[in-house]
Parts: sequence; C-alpha cells; structure tokens
Amino acid sequence: MKTIFEKWQRDDNGFTFAKLDVPDNEAVPEKFLRKSLELPIISEPEVIRHYTTLSKRNFGVDLGFYPLGSCTMKYNPKINEDVARLAGFTELHPYMPQSSCQGAMQLMYELTDYLKEIAGMDAVTLQPAAGSHGEFTGMMVMKNYFQEKGASRNKVLIPDSAHGTNPATVTMSGLTCVQVKSNQKGTVDLDDLRNKMDKDVVGIMLTNPNTLGLFEEDILEVIRIVHDKGGLAYCDGANLNAIMGLVRPGDLGFDVIHFNLHKSFSTPHGCGGPGAGPIGVKEFLKRYLPNPSIEKEDEIYRFFYSKDSIGKVKAFYGNFGMLVRAYTYIRGLGSDGIRLAAERAVLNANYMKERLKPHYHLTYDRICQHEFVIDDSNMPNGVTTNDIAKRLLDFGFHAPTVYFPLIVQGAMMIEPTETETKETLDQFIDALIQIKHEAENEPDKVKNAPWTTPVKRVDAVKAAREVDITYCTICS
Amino acid sequence: MTSYISGSEDDVNVMLETAGVKSIDGLFKDIPEEHKISGLINLPKGISEFELKKELSLLSEKNIQPTISFLGAGSYNHFIPSTVSAITGRSEFYTGYTPYQAEISQGSLQAIYEFQTMIAHLSGMDMANASMYDGATALGESAIMACTHTKKEKVLVAKSVHPEYRQVLHTYMAGRNIEVSEIKTDKGSVDIADLKAKLDDKTAGVIVQSPNFFGIIEDQEQIAEIAHGNSSLFISCVVEAMSLGYLKNPGECGADIFAGEGQSLGISQCYGGPHLGLIAVKKPLLRRLPGRISGKTVDADGKEAFILTLQAREQHIRREKASSNICTNQGLCAIAATVYLSTVGNKLMEIARQNHQKTNYAFESMSSCAEVLFQRPFFNEFVVKIPNANSDIKTLLQKGIIAGLPLEEYYPDMSDCILVCCTEMTTREQIDLLKSEIQNAGGNTQ
Repeated sequence: MKTIFEKWQRDDNGFTFAKLDVPDNEAVPEKFLRKSLELPIISEPEVIRHYTTLSKRNFGVDLGFYPLGSCTMKYNPKINEDVARLAGFTELHPYMPQSSCQGAMQLMYELTDYLKEIAGMDAVTLQPAAGSHGEFTGMMVMKNYFQEKGASRNKVLIPDSAHGTNPATVTMSGLTCVQVKSNQKGTVDLDDLRNKMDKDVVGIMLTNPNTLGLFEEDILEVIRIVHDKGGLAYCDGANLNAIMGLVRPGDLGFDVIHFNLHKSFSTPHGCGGPGAGPIGVKEFLKRYLPNPSIEKEDEIYRFFYSKDSIGKVKAFYGNFGMLVRAYTYIRGLGSDGIRLAAERAVLNANYMKERLKPHYHLTYDRICQHEFVIDDSNMPNGVTTNDIAKRLLDFGFHAPTVYFPLIVQGAMMIEPTETETKETLDQFIDALIQIKHEAENEPDKVKNAPWTTPVKRVDAVKAAREVDITYCTICS
Repeated sequence: MTSYISGSEDDVNVMLETAGVKSIDGLFKDIPEEHKISGLINLPKGISEFELKKELSLLSEKNIQPTISFLGAGSYNHFIPSTVSAITGRSEFYTGYTPYQAEISQGSLQAIYEFQTMIAHLSGMDMANASMYDGATALGESAIMACTHTKKEKVLVAKSVHPEYRQVLHTYMAGRNIEVSEIKTDKGSVDIADLKAKLDDKTAGVIVQSPNFFGIIEDQEQIAEIAHGNSSLFISCVVEAMSLGYLKNPGECGADIFAGEGQSLGISQCYGGPHLGLIAVKKPLLRRLPGRISGKTVDADGKEAFILTLQAREQHIRREKASSNICTNQGLCAIAATVYLSTVGNKLMEIARQNHQKTNYAFESMSSCAEVLFQRPFFNEFVVKIPNANSDIKTLLQKGIIAGLPLEEYYPDMSDCILVCCTEMTTREQIDLLKSEIQNAGGNTQ
C-alpha cells in the first residue's frame, strides 16, 4: 500500500489554527530558523482513510485469538479506555502543585498497595515504563545495595530459558551474566546453580513460572542457595498471570519483582507499547527505589524523596495513563476476580496442551501453568515452526511465540489467557491439527503460507540487506 | 466484575477432565503448599462497571485543573486534532502486539515506517527508530550509543538540560559505569569556556538541549564544531518537539545523535506519561540504534511490504550483547504522532511560529513589570524573576492561575525565578491577565 508520502495532494491541506491575537513579532535571529518543512500535505478525509485502511491491515486482540507465549494477550477491557481518557487525568500537567493532583496521587498510591498485596512485597515504584525498564530499575537497586555495603559483587545468574531482556539488562547495569542450565524437567538445575553461586554474585534473575510455562518446583531451594551466599533473588514477573491470587513471589523469598501491567493487568499493547513495568521490593531495599514515591499522611498524598535512591529512571512519575487502566482492572476484578483469572488462564493452557499432545511434540510433558511449549520435531516433509506459524494466520489466528525459549529447538510457546472461551481454544486446536495433516499430505500449502493475508510471506533477508527504513523523497 | 473471564461450569468440568485433574487445585501442585494463599485479603472486593466508572470519575475530578496555566518544562499543552484519537482509538491498533508476524501487521509496520521518516525529516537526521519510552530515556540511550561508538567512557552534559533528564542520564550512566560531567551555564546557556575546559580524550559525547530548560536557543552549530574538534559526538536533545517546526534542526546544526520528546506532537500531558521518546542518528550510527525498526521489503509475490528489521542489534537475538534491553516501546504514541503530523502537515511551521510569537508577547509584557532573567533568543519559554515568587504563586493559584514553574527546587541559586511557557493555546487575554495579576500581587509597577 502506498505510503502517506506518495499521497501528497496539494500545497494547502486546509488545516487552520486560531488567528494570531498578539503582534506578529518574532525575536529569533535568522541563523537559528528552520527554512523549510516537507511533511505530507493531505486533506483530513484522506488522512483518516489512509490510517483507517492501515488499521484494517493490522491484527489485534479484538479481532481474534492472540496466543503469543509470555505476552499475555488478554482482552483489554473497554472501561479502561474510557476512564483513562477522562480529562481530569489526560489534561493534568506533571508539575501541577501536589495539592491539585490528589486524585492522581491517590490512584497511584492505591495501585502500589494493590501490587504490594498481589506480589507480597513491601514497597512498589510505578516509574518504569515497561518490563525491561523495570528489570533495569531492579538491577540498579540490587547493585546499589551491594555498593553501599562495599561488596564488589558483579555477576548475575540467569537460567538458559530466560527472556533476552534479562541478559541485556544485566549488561546495561554494568554487570556480567552467568548462565545457569535447565534440567531435564525444564526447571533450574540445582547442581549447576550451586556451582555458580558464589560471593561475587549479585543474585539470580528468574522468571517464575518460567518461559516453558513451568512453576519452578524447587523454588524454595533455588532461593535458599542464592540467599545462603548473600545474593538476592529477582523475579521476572512476566508470567505473573499464572499465579496471582494463588501464591506471592515475596512469600517465596524473592527480594525484587517487576510487573508487566500490559500483560497481567490488561493494559493494551498498542502495537508495541506503551506499557508499564513497576517493581516491588522488600523493606530493606525500599530506600533505593526511584524518586519520588508517594506517601499518605492525614488523608493527604505527598511526594517523598529518598536520599539513597538510585535516582530517576524516567522523567516524571511513570506511564500514568497505563496506571489508570491497570488500577481500573484490578479494582473491577477485585481479590476474587484476580485469582479466578489466574486459575482460568492455567486451566485453558492445560486443556490445550492435553488436546494437542497426540498431534504435536510436547517438549515437557507435565502440568503447565499459563503457557506451554510444543515444537516441530515430529513434523513431516521438512515443515518448520515458522511454516506452521504462517499457516495459522490463514485461519484468522495470531501465531504463538516462535523459536523461544532458545533451549527448545523449533519452539512454539502457546499462552491462551483466561479471556478465551473453550470454543475459541477448540477452533485453534483444530486448526493446528489440520495443519499437521496438511504437512503430511500437501506440505507446500504450509510451506508457502500465508495465502489469505494482506501480503504474502515477507522477505526478512532483503529487508536486512537492503536497508530501507525512511522514505527517501523527503529525507535527503 | 468478572465478565472478561471465560468459562461456564460445564466447560470448566470438561476441561478439567481433559487436563487430567479433578479440580483446579490439581493444576497448582508444583507451588509449595506452605506458601499457597487462600486469597488476597488486603485487596478490595471487585465492583461493577457502573461503580467503577463512578469511582474513577470522582478520582479524576479530585485533580484540580487550573483555568489558566503557563506550565511547560517538559510537558506541553498543545492542540490535538480529533483525527488523532479517531485513529489511536481503533482497536486494531491499540490491541495489537509488537508486529512480530509481519503478514498480519502491515498496518502498524507501515505507520511506524512513516513515523521513522517524519522524525528523521523533522530532526534532520538520516534514520530514526520506532520510539523509546520518553525523552529522558532516549537521552540515556543516546549517551550509551555515543560511548559504544567512540569506545570512550565519559559524557558531558550541559546544566541547562532538563533536570529530570539529567537525573535519568546519571542513572543510566551509573549502570554502564560511564563518567558524567556537567557543563556550567553562563547567562542561561552553555558556558563555552567550561565546555572546552572539560573536553578531554575520554569524552564520547557532548549533550546539549535546545531550546534548553530555560527556553533559550543554544548555539548548537558552535557546540557541534567544538565537540567534533575533539573527536567527540554531539548529542542534541529536544524536549519541546514543537520547536522542530520553527528552529533549524539538530541534523543541520551538526548533531550525530538526536534524542527527543515527542509529546507535543499529538499526545496528551497525562500527568507525565505515556509520552514519546524519539531517537534518530546519522548513518554511521545506524547499527548502534536501540529498539525496534521497521523496514521496507517485498513479499513472496514481489509486492511491497514492511517488516521489523536489523534485529541483530536487539535483546531477543543478541541477549547480553544487545545495543539495549528495550523491548516494549511507545508504539501507539508513535502512531499518534504520525497522524498528528499528517493532519497538520507543513502547517506545523505556522503553529510553531505562533508558539514563539505568543511567548514573545508574554516576554515583552513581563519585561515591563518584572525582571526577565536572560536576554537571549528563546522559543516558547523564558525565565522571569519576581520578588516573593512563592507567595505570589500561591495567591495566583487560588485564582486558578498557574504562573509557571518555580525553579528554585531545581536550581537552588534561582530563588524567585519561574519558568513561563506559552503555546499556540495561550491567548493574549491570558497573558494580559498574568501581567496584571503579577503587578497586583507584587505591587511592582516600575
């Protein structure tokens, strides 16, 4: 489809603004001024048609099943969008006096209380803008804690099944990754952990349930091993949706956790963001959290600045608009609803896993939590995970997360979430079974998929070789 | 309210049987028994949508909006055309994930390609990425890029850069163990002598914001020349993106990296977020860019198509060697900015000029009744010093007027100074009122 730059219409798009009501004076020397601007000049109806047509070439949760593993693509409630657009929130300037922002501050204060309760932590900051931003914040808190103690710890243990953001975060924090092996059951290999845990280790970064959808059954022992040598335990909360209301990471011994409000707490993903990645910590780490935090005294909310804080990780206080949505979600569901969401998410995943087991190779055949991993090891005629993913698009589904975790060759990680009906799950399962038959009988149908999408299989190699990332007519 | 959780009793029973467990509890046998909880006792019970709406409306109304506000300082009150919410409100966009499956994500991939093009053009750089969290984190990532590119480990940042941006920069640099040194300010802008004195062979980059925190236009060309003369990169930070429609762009001024905040381009202030981090570079730095990039290619039929590209820089491929850990960005805000820029088109120049003209009028008005601090070219903000600023600000607040941002908290030597901002939304009437209120409050009529 033509880009907006190829739809340039005329020399005036008709857009007007209020007539200038002050003298037509400027006070900037010529040498500082911009001489020309070449943005597309297009009438409003054509702008709307262009982007509406683009939206029709995009898949979202509102259009169908989106089983991306570890992304928790649950339904995004409409009430969240309505309340987040209230003028009392959207028009609020971050530097308004605190006395004028009591509603926003109360919402943030109560949201931190909710998250503390859900994770079993003592303090929460809402400042990080996304999960990996939360990871960075958490790592910096841990690093500062040891620096203050004068300990020169510099290594972080990361299981080989971890998200790529974990090792990348460790590097951003100026620390070094040490990979810990997974065992045959798909969980942390305790012997390997014991060998690698020493007094140079800041701590372990662990996703629990892990990226295979398995709850670390030895979690207490894992954390004990780390704590015994003076390290800290960081929980990557990407998969919190499986266990909220059932068990609290803080109770298990984790010292730090990050939340993905855009996963567990239903804020929409917006084609890549914005999200929100608050972190929770135990009391002894509270004073290191980013400034400011919010405290309540005599029903008045105030900003509080800790002198031991790691500093700020983002301007202002966080992705407030996303906080409003997550608050609305938790407040609406309440204590029982939150737990029910986790239970149903796990039930949906186990149902799918069992129904698919006779047809696809199930990498770890045991009870799973909110997601599970199958792979392409028993696919006939050279049909690969990528082919299956592309063929699923023809059935009106988004594909699962593919080729991740890295420890499973040809992985397909399926996370249904609690918001899907059994009927939808059955349709998806039937599609996968049909694709298996196609792979046996007419493999080209799968290998050349998709057939029905706005474009056919997209050439990633050409994109990387012949880099075209800006439309050249307007960029010199 | 549990209306978005699926499963009739019958379905649940069938599914439990298929899953091979007798009850839901059977699915959680790996969780240590002693730590299982019966419920979240400190979380309130759920409520209906009707009650939710009422509660949230009440909370939003507890925020007291001023009748007139001259607050800027990193979050700006600009007009947002209705086209923006019409498009960002389309759930194909707001409920989509990062466009991993290109064949069903052409909409967002193309919108991001258009966004990258517009940001590159506005900033005068060669290429931009698909967005960062906000301007401050974009700046932090820019400094990291400068260090990895030059293989040096120190950055200089002007004290006239937004204080919160500098705080975030310090946190990011503490992570990578990079040294940060601040360049002094002279009459509201970069102290060139101090810059020259602090440059050394360890300096990877020089960071300057223009218009700076005080609204003043820095002489970026001169600064770029000095930085380049030392084999250091010049990082240009723009917090008020509206200025890009009026002022000579960072690329033309010699910037190697542009780090910006795009909130002014169709995104509401929303108590400071979500906003829109911008990053753009000259060609040699392309492969140092953090985050997502959308690229144009073809499909199996040779038809033009878009896909996420240059992923070998990113965390899911490179893991600990990635250029950044960023995964989720601000995709929908980037789409908002794209629609905004498409709607206003080249009229952005006119809107931007109005910002300056209104501010210029305010500057002259205030000059007649108070002390304007710096006599230097500014865009849409300036600093004014009024005796007893703190008490005057309180008096005005009671009348619903926010005169600006008191600066003492950020610059202890700037007591009684406030940062005043006007945009295209400010009216002459409001400016005249501010002037007379300040005259009345201070009794200083010169």
